[in-house]
Amino acid sequence: MTIPSLEEIIKPENLVYEKTDLMTDKALSYCPGCGHGTAHRIIMEVIEELGLEEDTIGIAPVGCSVLAYEFMNIDMTQAAHGRAPAVATGIKRCWPDKIVFTYQGDGDLAAIGTAETIHACNRGEQIVIVFINNGIYGMTGGQMAPTTLPGMKSSTSPYGRDVEMMGNPLKITELVAQLPGTFFVTRQAVHTPAAVRKAKKALKKAFENQKDKKPGVSFVEIVSNCNSGWKMTPVDANKWMEENMFPYYPMGDIKVDGQLVK
Amino acid sequence: MGELKLMKGNEALAEAAIRAGADAYFGYPITPQSEVIEYLMAEKPYERTGMVVLQAESEIAAINMIYGAAGSGKKVMTSSSSPGISLKQEGLSYIAGAELPCVYANVVRGGPGLGTIQPSQADYFQSTKGGGHGDYRQIVLAPASVQEMADFVKLGFELAFEYRMPVLILADGVIGQMMEKVELFDQMPRLTDDEIAEKYPWATTGKKKGTQRRIITSLALQAHEMEAHNMMLQKKYADVTEKEVRFEAISCEDAEYIIVAYGSSARIAQKTVELARKQGIKAGLFRLITLFPFPSKALQNLCKQGVKGFLAVEMSAGQMVEDVMLSVRGCAKVDHFGRFGGTIHTPEEVLNALKSKIIGG
Ligand SMILES: Cc1ncc(C[n+]2csc(CCOP(=O)(O)OP(=O)(O)O)c2C)c(N)n1
Ligand code: SF4
Repeated sequence: MTIPSLEEIIKPENLVYEKTDLMTDKALSYCPGCGHGTAHRIIMEVIEELGLEEDTIGIAPVGCSVLAYEFMNIDMTQAAHGRAPAVATGIKRCWPDKIVFTYQGDGDLAAIGTAETIHACNRGEQIVIVFINNGIYGMTGGQMAPTTLPGMKSSTSPYGRDVEMMGNPLKITELVAQLPGTFFVTRQAVHTPAAVRKAKKALKKAFENQKDKKPGVSFVEIVSNCNSGWKMTPVDANKWMEENMFPYYPMGDIKVDGQLVK
Repeated sequence: MGELKLMKGNEALAEAAIRAGADAYFGYPITPQSEVIEYLMAEKPYERTGMVVLQAESEIAAINMIYGAAGSGKKVMTSSSSPGISLKQEGLSYIAGAELPCVYANVVRGGPGLGTIQPSQADYFQSTKGGGHGDYRQIVLAPASVQEMADFVKLGFELAFEYRMPVLILADGVIGQMMEKVELFDQMPRLTDDEIAEKYPWATTGKKKGTQRRIITSLALQAHEMEAHNMMLQKKYADVTEKEVRFEAISCEDAEYIIVAYGSSARIAQKTVELARKQGIKAGLFRLITLFPFPSKALQNLCKQGVKGFLAVEMSAGQMVEDVMLSVRGCAKVDHFGRFGGTIHTPEEVLNALKSKIIGG
């Protein structure tokens, strides 16, 4: 048997996967195994597939994904910590025909930016909010987040989150689903090929909603790992996430087309 | 001649925003400037010109809405009063760092803390020395009349877009609340979306195929990059200092003693100068219009002209006086007078201070 040459292999008919042009060639700054990179990629694939890149403005947060603008090959604005929904509101109100989305971590969206999140959702801004919930502050070195699980260790809850002292994890996604201003609210993950496919479908729905000027926010939570912050290998982190995060933050749609899912 | 109206300073500011062709106003109510958003909501500028008005959930949200919209090339304004302006400082620092244009007004009330709703000029340091974090500056315009409340909105937008930096209209509660005759400038057209995309290539309006994408950020991970960015900002501020100084010198030609003041303190001091002249004292008024850039050279020149003393009059415990001292550099006597915490000085009190602190002292 002869081994085919590279030229013989790289042919259009053999092409099963291509990197979207909407991701730059810059090496991702994320830790190996981190979910941020996959989340970036599927968002950009959705924007490309829907043909929205010329009209989309993305908002990067403060957090590990502060540099999202280095990787997402579209017009981007970097917002102050927690303020992305207000920044998005400012843009969308002035450019109602553009597609505007925020990309935020749990500290950004559910701690310092809670007011902006709730009020953008309550006003029913026509934007997409992508919420990466990794239960910890990744960027600043693994401090407790509003989403840190009871008993979970972090650098500011070194003996585990004591809910008496530190409060309970905030299920902000369930909370915003209660507001009339949200149109689509879902919780997804990106740690397996099957999960990625589902998450991408959800993101597509979210961006389609905005494109079709459906009333209100489309809110996509992605439960993700932070293997560095959790001090685990990427494989262990994903297993731990399935066993501990998913029961607390169950996967699936919470609100579809403005109706809560029973 | 433009349309003549009797208006409150806050209303003139709001009307001027519509007429200047602003694309949006985002704000949060606070006394003594709530009339700005009330006027805009009642006036429905979205029907008159297509201008957006939105009451935000906080001053923090409002300034970040400004940041987003300004980054996409829109002409946007916010306003507040002292405690609310304190909340906006992080956002303003981002706006300065990312080099975005915007106009905002502070109708100053007495502080610190919740303070009082009465007028004050105690936010001078915050306004002229940065306010938020980092080495940045903003152009500060100080209106002394309802007319200037309107005119400075137009001027503010011109400067904000020319230099791509925030422009602050620093008014006090008197200017915001009092009613005066104002001649309104004619309606200017808002730019179309296409005009914005063409005029402001830096703005995030959506990346067209084959073009460079735009990134609005104030972040540089490498210290040397941040230093280079800072040097560029400093160059811009030096340019502004060179070109945009504005002031008004009243009865200063032959003056031996000069009162330096801005805003309503300048209105009061003008009366003091009249009283002084009647008593044979050669007094003059140097009214600051730009607080940054500060008219240092003009004050130095007055010194060389033989002025014996300067009295800085402001409704604060003594803030602007420091810039007068830095400008004059010991070549004449400088002192401060002002009531503060929401109290307003009278022309007679100022005259007494001029006599006791500068002439006799
Ligand atoms: C006003 C302000 N406060 C605090 C910080 C420091 N800070 C930067 S990122 C961050 C937390 C980020 O965590 P998260 O939003 O969960 O994102 P992750 O890094 O986990 O993706 C904090 C507290 C900041 N930059 N600005
Ligand atoms: S610290 Fe955590 S969230 Fe940040 S890149 Fe590493 S794994 Fe991802």
